[in-house]
Amino acid sequence: MSKPKVGFYWCASCGGCEEAIVDLAADILGVVAAVDIVFWPCAMDFKRADVEAMADGEMAVCFVNGAVRTSEQLEMAELLRRKAGLIVAFGSCAHTGGIPGLANLYSREGVLAAAYDAAFATVNPEGMRPQTEYAAPEGTVTLPELHETVKKLDQVIPVEYYLPGCPPPVKLITGALGAILEGTLPPKGSILAPEIALCSECPRKDSKPEKLDFTAFKRPHQIIADPALCLLAQGLLCLGPSTRAGCDAPCITGNMPCTGCGGPLEGTKDLGTNALSAAASVLEATDEASIAVGLAEVPDPAGAFYRYSLPASLLYAKKGS
Amino acid sequence: MSDGTFQPRIVAFFCNWCTYTAADLAGISRMSYAANVRVVRLMCSGRLDPQFVVAALRQGADGVLIGGCHPGDCHYQVGNHKALRRFTLLKRLLGQLGIEDERVRLEWIAASEGDKVQRVINEMVAQVRALGPLGLTAIPRPHGEAAAVPPCCAE
Repeated sequence: MSKPKVGFYWCASCGGCEEAIVDLAADILGVVAAVDIVFWPCAMDFKRADVEAMADGEMAVCFVNGAVRTSEQLEMAELLRRKAGLIVAFGSCAHTGGIPGLANLYSREGVLAAAYDAAFATVNPEGMRPQTEYAAPEGTVTLPELHETVKKLDQVIPVEYYLPGCPPPVKLITGALGAILEGTLPPKGSILAPEIALCSECPRKDSKPEKLDFTAFKRPHQIIADPALCLLAQGLLCLGPSTRAGCDAPCITGNMPCTGCGGPLEGTKDLGTNALSAAASVLEATDEASIAVGLAEVPDPAGAFYRYSLPASLLYAKKGS
Repeated sequence: MSDGTFQPRIVAFFCNWCTYTAADLAGISRMSYAANVRVVRLMCSGRLDPQFVVAALRQGADGVLIGGCHPGDCHYQVGNHKALRRFTLLKRLLGQLGIEDERVRLEWIAASEGDKVQRVINEMVAQVRALGPLGLTAIPRPHGEAAAVPPCCAE
């Protein structure tokens, strides 16, 4: 019997998700033995033409990481959708928009101006911008077009499964591959991670007081956090209560608060404002002046609460962008 | 309401013990106020999940008004303090996303202040009318998937 064909692809992402597959270490040999990798531009020499030559649905599953913000990424997502039976949105950017999704706080021109005019080492007196076509002496060269906004994967193509995380933890990847090979996948549309908040698997959960109350949030560089005590109890903005578990809390083990890459739990309408609600409720401040002091060290609420999820939020993008 | 003036939709979340009672009082006292407001009764302003505010904005509200008891008067002692903390942080977040200040407003209105309900609603409707429709960026969907339009927004 022929082995199932599997592909990996990256859109707007940092490469960390590709690294996560390499992090499977020796287990990757088991994967290679069980499946045929037919497309993985980051690691193996396949071209777009190879995918175009496949029959529709020929690939059993394609793992796509990264958000979608260019015409090329959109074309590839649509192409892979035709060629793959199952699409797995792999990692925070494909699942909820991720860090690139924060570009939705700015207009397209705002993003381009930051990169091509305002950047510290940029000299661009003519205000040049990337062109989709340029007639060079050797012939016309082209570039993909940058979209107005950044989208998560299921805003451009239907997606069967989601693997959250920045990047997805090895444990969840192994679990997903196992479920695919054994045919034990949950219903389509499922998120392949536990349905419980990160606090439940936090090594410091027993140190979380019954009632959290502190007078002001602090940022990680402002205190030396007690390595045994709940970070939220120490005034650090930890998104553990609002974030899906499955990672075994490596950030907290490293004495840094959770920033929410695991994405929302079932029933959350909007991860950012849900986390904002939890954070604001634990602060011990009752009047305007003390609330202002208590929240002073949350200078960028959109960046803090929608860090990985702005395109997945109900607001989606800055008004008018 | 069909003379061509923009009629904003305002969703109001009123606390059962103070502001909702004040709105009742305004009604009993035959005070009229702009008909642009849809009132949702909550047991306490502390029940107001900020998700309700963004959900209302996404589903067609041009503004959201939150009414609670004056500080110190909460039926549950601290619910309105919680509401104020959430509101403070939420307003900063909404500002980052380009949502004008006048569109989301918190007011402490006691059960006896029917006139304040009238004044605040009329004021807010006029302000939001001047701003125009909210105009959030539409959430994209894959080709062929229709957006679910809530009945309130189906024109």
